Amino acid sequence: MIKRKLHFSAWQFILASVFVTLSTLSAYGQDAATNDGEPAAPVEASGSGNAAAGEALFKANCASCHKLYKKAVGPALHEVSQKYDREWLYSWITNSAALIASGDAQAVAVYNEYNQTAMNAFPQLSNTDIDNILAYTDTPKPAPAAAVAGATGDAPSGGGATDNSLNSIVLAALALILVLLVALLFVVNSTLKRFADANGIQTDFEEDKEVRRPIWKAFAENQFLVLVSAVFLLLASAYFAYGALMSVGLDQGYAPVQPIHYSHRIHAGTSQIECKYCHSSARESKHSGIPSLNVCMNCHKSIGEVADATYQEGMNEYGVDYNKEIQKLYAATGWDSDEQAFTGGETQPVRWVRIHNLPDLAYFNHAQHVTAGNIACQQCHGPVEEMEVMYQYSPLTMGWCINCHRETNVDLANNGYYEKIHEELSKQRGGKQLTIADLGGLECGKCHY
Amino acid sequence: MATTKKYWKSTAQLDESNEVVKNLEQNEFAAPIPTVEFLGNDEVMEESSTTRRDFLKYVGFSTAAASLAACEGPVIYSVPYVNQPEQIIPGMANYYATTIADGYDFASILVKTREGRPIKIESNKDAKYRGHANARVHASVLSLYDNNRLKTPLVKGVESTWETLDKEVSQKLNELNGKTLAVLTQTFASPSTMAIIDMLKAKYSNVRHVTYDTVGENGALNAFEAKYGVRGLADYDFTDAETIVSIGADFVGNWQGGGFDKGYSASRVPSNKSMSHHVQFESNMSLSGANADLRYPVTPTEQKHILASLYSKLVGGAANVSLSDKVAKVVEQTAQKLSKAGSKAVVLCGLPDQAAQQLVLAINEKLNSSIVDTSAPIMTRQGNRLAVDQLVKEMQSGSVGALFVAGVDPIYSYDNSDAFAKAMEKVALKVSFASREDLTAQKCDYVATTPHYLESWGGDTEIKKGFVSLTQPTIRPIFDTRQMQDTLLKWSGSEQSYKDFLKETSTGNGASWSQALQDGFFMSTASLQAEADAKEFVASVSDNTALSSLVNSKKPSGFELILYTKTGLGDGTQANNPWLQELPDPITRTTWDNYVTISQKDAEQLGVENENVANGGLNGNYVVVKMNGVERKLPALIQPGQAQGTIGIALGYGKTASIQSEMQTGVNAYPFFKGGSSIQAVTVENAGGVHEFACTQLQNTMMGRDIIRETDLATYITGDKHEFNPMPEVSLNHIETPVDSPDVDLWTSFDRSTGHHFNMSIDLNACTGCGACVIACHAENNVPVVGKQEVRKSRDMHWLRIDRYYSSTDSFEADEDKKDGFEGLFGDNGSLGGFGELENPADNPQVAFQPVMCQHCNHAPCETVCPVAASSHGRQGQNHMAYNRCVGTRYCANNCPYKVRRFNWFLYNGNDEFDYHMNNDLGRMVINPDVTVRSRGVMEKCSMCMQMTQMTILEAKKDGRMIKDGEFATACSNACSNGAIKFGDINDKDAEITKLKNSDRMYHLLEEVGTEPNVIYQVKVRNA
Repeated sequence: MIKRKLHFSAWQFILASVFVTLSTLSAYGQDAATNDGEPAAPVEASGSGNAAAGEALFKANCASCHKLYKKAVGPALHEVSQKYDREWLYSWITNSAALIASGDAQAVAVYNEYNQTAMNAFPQLSNTDIDNILAYTDTPKPAPAAAVAGATGDAPSGGGATDNSLNSIVLAALALILVLLVALLFVVNSTLKRFADANGIQTDFEEDKEVRRPIWKAFAENQFLVLVSAVFLLLASAYFAYGALMSVGLDQGYAPVQPIHYSHRIHAGTSQIECKYCHSSARESKHSGIPSLNVCMNCHKSIGEVADATYQEGMNEYGVDYNKEIQKLYAATGWDSDEQAFTGGETQPVRWVRIHNLPDLAYFNHAQHVTAGNIACQQCHGPVEEMEVMYQYSPLTMGWCINCHRETNVDLANNGYYEKIHEELSKQRGGKQLTIADLGGLECGKCHY
Repeated sequence: MATTKKYWKSTAQLDESNEVVKNLEQNEFAAPIPTVEFLGNDEVMEESSTTRRDFLKYVGFSTAAASLAACEGPVIYSVPYVNQPEQIIPGMANYYATTIADGYDFASILVKTREGRPIKIESNKDAKYRGHANARVHASVLSLYDNNRLKTPLVKGVESTWETLDKEVSQKLNELNGKTLAVLTQTFASPSTMAIIDMLKAKYSNVRHVTYDTVGENGALNAFEAKYGVRGLADYDFTDAETIVSIGADFVGNWQGGGFDKGYSASRVPSNKSMSHHVQFESNMSLSGANADLRYPVTPTEQKHILASLYSKLVGGAANVSLSDKVAKVVEQTAQKLSKAGSKAVVLCGLPDQAAQQLVLAINEKLNSSIVDTSAPIMTRQGNRLAVDQLVKEMQSGSVGALFVAGVDPIYSYDNSDAFAKAMEKVALKVSFASREDLTAQKCDYVATTPHYLESWGGDTEIKKGFVSLTQPTIRPIFDTRQMQDTLLKWSGSEQSYKDFLKETSTGNGASWSQALQDGFFMSTASLQAEADAKEFVASVSDNTALSSLVNSKKPSGFELILYTKTGLGDGTQANNPWLQELPDPITRTTWDNYVTISQKDAEQLGVENENVANGGLNGNYVVVKMNGVERKLPALIQPGQAQGTIGIALGYGKTASIQSEMQTGVNAYPFFKGGSSIQAVTVENAGGVHEFACTQLQNTMMGRDIIRETDLATYITGDKHEFNPMPEVSLNHIETPVDSPDVDLWTSFDRSTGHHFNMSIDLNACTGCGACVIACHAENNVPVVGKQEVRKSRDMHWLRIDRYYSSTDSFEADEDKKDGFEGLFGDNGSLGGFGELENPADNPQVAFQPVMCQHCNHAPCETVCPVAASSHGRQGQNHMAYNRCVGTRYCANNCPYKVRRFNWFLYNGNDEFDYHMNNDLGRMVINPDVTVRSRGVMEKCSMCMQMTQMTILEAKKDGRMIKDGEFATACSNACSNGAIKFGDINDKDAEITKLKNSDRMYHLLEEVGTEPNVIYQVKVRNA
């Protein structure tokens, strides 16, 4: 008995220590993931401006059209102060149109280079503000994150550990410790055994066991038990067979590979985009509508690449190059990201694989549920904001529909349509809540016609 | 006892020495089965590596593989727009106002589109004029998706490109050398199109524009033009009419382009205890005759005499005509009624000659009739037959260098088509502007393929003077087509597109283009663009001369033939439309056919018979109709109410060119249409043989029952509901109790006091039987077309039918009296013979129409017998049908007292056996995505347009508002511009439907069975 206890606590200790180490490690990893491609914030001011204040201004005013290192609607702004005269920049930024109108050759050249797209005037920006912004744009381009990790990273204790190699080092060290512990245990065990033998304590208990009937034989001879367990087995198998058969044709969990890897997790989760911004027809129509590509381009005209961290995450966790996926969108819509314009050539509609397939015989209307019923999309579609790959969350069976119709109360008071019905029913039923089923929501013809 | 009879399959079998017979008797198969070649070759069999066991393995494996593969669900793709148009929300319908102007039907309409494809036509209720669609207009959306349309322009019958066509035609046009360029078109009534033809005239010196109406109104147009100087037709608004006298004019139907039924129906509904009085003199049984209070079957010659007599009584002048005493008395009474009604009276005439039309205009002028509007005439018929005849002569003489044909098919529809074809050969350049390769297009060198009107900027149609209706495209052209106006603009040297040209012309009239386009019409103050070229062919005669020509008309020796057009096919423009082919004729209830209608007495004389055969189909003998070298063999259908000595034949059938074989029905009657006159003298002979008709109604009478309740105005005015609309009674403990009493009710009911409770009211006074609702239902509910053979087996799928009943005596009331007077089985008043007599309609029966769809009974007999509860009841009053629950026992149909349930005997969609429109991708575009397409083996029926009521409710919920009266509608109630079908929520106490429900004319169909239907009928009142 003593021995078994010893064994157990030793393993427990090993497992616990492994767990603790691993979880510390992953916490470090998460911290590291927030580091993205932006300049490693408030660096020392170059020139006269305050780069930290400039960053805020840049993000508020400039970022919708300009990027630091890449051409967007307007030119890349990294080190723009070195390209142009500062005074010229002041007047350009406060009112570019006036500068162009005055016939300034440099201004006209820039204007023409960017398809004569007029830049907004920013009269609200003072020269100090502009200095701050320019200070921010002049901050040196940060080195890639991996290099940073390589420079600072050593062993598990290192704070800036980010990449894979570090993880493997830690794991290898742990494995080594484990092996050592196991070896140690064997040594301890055999030593203890030797002590026991030397002291004459019996360690092998098996020899004095009686010869007993094997339990399966005893079971087989007990007819009542056999009968009960047979019945139980039959019932269980019937239960599972029924479940299996009823799931034929159900596509719960169906997560097909889509022509463009679109991550709801990033859009609805991280970026907090409202579902109905893209699926706008869900408010009006029976279809939630797969957004047309021009809706994607509303944002993706200026988002041609994901942040580095997101990129890494995509590569590591899902094996997806998000930037390539965005390029697929550009190819489909005919968007030339260098020219920042639609080529006007052939467009290629995307053949998405439909996930939620209700049979034709059932009529379902999104607007009824979303607009009239005020139901959150997630109630049927599940935690979409966590789904990297969209899948069918609900079974979409009639039983599932009916169940919800039985359980959900209708908010009669807050929709003008129900005014008369509400008045009459509150007389009849007092304050009792009504479910959809009470209002005829279970009638066949409401969904099948 | 052994029989000595010999049974034989063919006469050859009787000849025992016949070798073929001997062979066939000895061998089971006509040709030996090639077993030896297949198995006899031992070498092949031995060399084969496949053993029997391998074979079985393969079979087993492939079966298993197939069943495993079948478990995998199909992958369904969704392809969104790249650039979604702003106004399109997938799943929501958009409506566009446009105009149909196909040369026969002219109407301002709304087009319902889903995801950019038109799926249904609705009436444009905001239009100030002709905003209602008839059956053909409703069906025209299916003609858009017609696979037999031309898909590219043709050069010498071969598919070609527009560049080639433009180049070659322009070149040839420049080589005209002063020869005439003749432009033969339908009536466009479009100022901008006229302007384009004027541009053509400016470019090419010698251009003649000839307008040709397939079924024209030559006489009426000439008379109107002679009297008022404009080539148009008088307009009639019957809304306030008191006395309507029609002499051979089917003004409820297609007369002068139709569209008068809306006002007529309004005058027929008894309000303030009065309604219009309608007297009809006619030969064929027409829709107008069926709706008339008094109908007199007379021959066309008699009609002329009656008109002459009426003229002399009302206007003056001597008319020495010999009318029978009965008719003379009627004419006298009619004349008195007309003069009494004064300006609220109107006389109409359907006789095709100018003299008769002239006298009618004079009578109406004398009556000072406010019903007639001659100041703003209808412009939708402008053709002149004489001008066409003249053109044929000129072509024959070789003076025509080029012929453009647009919108008409003269080789099919011109009476002397051979002469036209021959004359065409003398023309060097022949261009057809057609959407299908019709007979004329086949003879043309070039076919400048035109789009369907739903795909084109059809133009500005001046339906009536001052009312211009616009056509705009509702879908991009499906095929490589270009509309005539664009082509002519190009050929006349303009670079402008017709759309821009149209915009310029239309905005010139002071109307806002966008507003006009949204409304679909604008009121124009511009002067009329009348057809000037035809002036020379209009002669003007004095009224007296006209009168004497009528008086002197003599009855021909043989039969008088009255050519008419059917509600379904019209002039035949849409002959390739299966919906219209299967639309039962409202009078004969026959589908997929035209035939000779003949009176019972004439049929007896000729020995022509109609009989119902065992499977329920109607068979009839053929007759041969002869006229000056034209001879056609048609089946004869005995028509109650047909004037003796006359026959009727429908035009528009017998089309074969670029028409699918299923739709090549009937016989072309245009060769009889000499000079564009609908009345001809012919001889008729019995040709024997048996023709199989496909009728949807077998019983012709009601046998004295009150399926249709009818009363006369005098009884109705008394207000004694018990007299004209009694509630049936049943015996409860030997006390007569009304059937609507709860004491005699076995059932418990839902509590329907909250929410909606839908009812539909059908006013038998307002229903003219026009059939627009039937087609609208087809389009809305994806009702399949089943074809002639299936209809003959009573397997038609129409959810909504319009029953037509004849009385077996002169009136329905007399039928009931007769039935009530039966005493015992035998004898003069015996029921045995009496019921037999009641089965047959009279020579001049009363007629009544009754639209019947699912009655949505609150106590539905169908629901209780369904073993799988596929049929169930909703609290809103609708009887639901869950198709996927149905296992097809058909108990419900057997238990339905109204026979409104339809069984899918076959899979009608995607089945090439039913090659109508549901088996090809193009035809399927018309399917309404909100309604299930039913499969084989399930029952279906009217759902009271559940999808529409649910949509109305949802729209209100989305807006958070209550539903107003008038918002709820069904396809049929929307289509019924006559106001016969009304739909609404009877829980809304102020709704129109609630008033109708409480009206003293309200009754339920077969009330005595206690089904408590949610469809109500309004008793028909006749002003006799």
